[in-house]
Amino acid sequence: MSDTSTSGLPRILAVVAAAGFRRHSTYRQATIAGAFTNTMFGFMRCYIMLSVVDVTGQAGGYDRAQLATFVWVGQGLLAVVNFWTPPELAERVRSGDVVADLLRPVDLMAMVLATDLGRAGYALITRFVVPVVVGMLAFDLFLPADPLTYAAFAVSVLLAVLISATCLHLVALTAFWLMDVRGVTMVWALLSGAASGLYFPLTLLPDWLATLLWVGTPFPSLMQAPLDVLVGRGSAALMVAGQVAWLAVVVALARVVQRRALNRLVIQGG
Amino acid sequence: MVEPYLRLLVAQVRGQTQYRASFVVELVFSTLMTALDVVTVFVIFSVNDRLGGFGGTEVLMIVGIAAFGFPAADLVVGNVERLRVYVRTGLLDAVLVRPLSALGQLVAMDFSVRRAGRVVQGTALYVVALVVAPVVWSPGAVVLVVLAPLSATVFFGAIFVVGATVAFWWIESGEIANAFTYGGRDFTSYPMTVFSGLFRRVFAYGLGFAFVAYLPALALLGRSDPIGAPDWLRWCSPLVALFAAGVAALFWRTGIRHYRSTGS
Repeated sequence: MSDTSTSGLPRILAVVAAAGFRRHSTYRQATIAGAFTNTMFGFMRCYIMLSVVDVTGQAGGYDRAQLATFVWVGQGLLAVVNFWTPPELAERVRSGDVVADLLRPVDLMAMVLATDLGRAGYALITRFVVPVVVGMLAFDLFLPADPLTYAAFAVSVLLAVLISATCLHLVALTAFWLMDVRGVTMVWALLSGAASGLYFPLTLLPDWLATLLWVGTPFPSLMQAPLDVLVGRGSAALMVAGQVAWLAVVVALARVVQRRALNRLVIQGG
Repeated sequence: MVEPYLRLLVAQVRGQTQYRASFVVELVFSTLMTALDVVTVFVIFSVNDRLGGFGGTEVLMIVGIAAFGFPAADLVVGNVERLRVYVRTGLLDAVLVRPLSALGQLVAMDFSVRRAGRVVQGTALYVVALVVAPVVWSPGAVVLVVLAPLSATVFFGAIFVVGATVAFWWIESGEIANAFTYGGRDFTSYPMTVFSGLFRRVFAYGLGFAFVAYLPALALLGRSDPIGAPDWLRWCSPLVALFAAGVAALFWRTGIRHYRSTGS
């Protein structure tokens, strides 16, 4: 399986990523529909958060503009750092189609991650832009003055995409044992929404709980980290370092799980 | 007449309980999911004890009505959102040739047992709200206590059906419907005073989401609408729900007539 020369691998993965990008660029209706929905939720969450700030002047250490940015950029990021689309691999395991994926000379997980990077790239220039622009027009958003902040934000988003894709791959791999992954997918969706900072900034939680989430789970790395880097709350270096650590953990875990999953794979029927 | 639907329903229930571990996890977590929607409201309350000019128990009343109405509608007709899958794959052809109501079949074919847990939880929350909130009891209030959650269910049911019919014209429309179904659920859990501008006018009064939980809750609490809706409007949720159901029926009929098979 590893006969392909390693110098060819980056090129193959780049082609796979480009294919992921092109594939999603053909779903035009879905892109418009998704951007509309993210924008609607943006208005709702922004008004709710601002009503909290209006009483106290600040909430969880954010002022009005920072909180508005947190909400709107978060709505944009939701499609980029995708954590709600059920992984296709799970259905391919159930149907047995996964055998076609395994015949390819490239590692399964590398293919999945490369495809997702392509998807994220397309989402960045479409689904990220729409809510952020609408948010800017309708509310006063906080825009960092330091160009370095934007660079750090970009790195943080890339890490978040990779962590999310790896975690979703882990969810999909449970199909090798469970066959039906809807339950696991739901657990993931449930936790990733509430514990990532999407529904509300994690700083609104009691300190012990927020710390527990940061240290004990990858969820804050998906949303809260890039958003805090952007609005300049807390140390950007520390948050990005935390993301790198979590990426290492989930990738290592995914490698082990994938190896064991493929070892026990039996393709049924012909 | 009911028997064929019942059979479809039983077949679904059996099918879904086949992978038992996955089913139990789904049931438990789908129930927890409702809890988590409510948790968001409480986390926001932990920052300060008033939200849009309303106290904790008053908001609980609003949350209670929405927390019953949405999952109940989701249980009964929520699976109609799979219509777009049927349209895209052409499976709707098979549904249409059978001598049964197409909507009835779709509802029975995708009935999701796991959603029942949320209805139980929503009911519990509503009962707690009725006990702890300062309800101003009157004969009218007693009737509204029963009708408000049912109206919310009918209203959300109508939203589900209208959202699904969009697929007849626009196949990859799924997420648009989410803005009004799941978006509507979140929107209706808050006092309308939280929102403002064109957004509030369109969603709260234009599309009628204020009638789901906010206005009936005001009536039960004996409060007038701080943003100026006349007092009698607070009692109109059942009428609005019936109107919404009529609109949904119209959408459905037009959509079904408009349907052209994918031909594959």
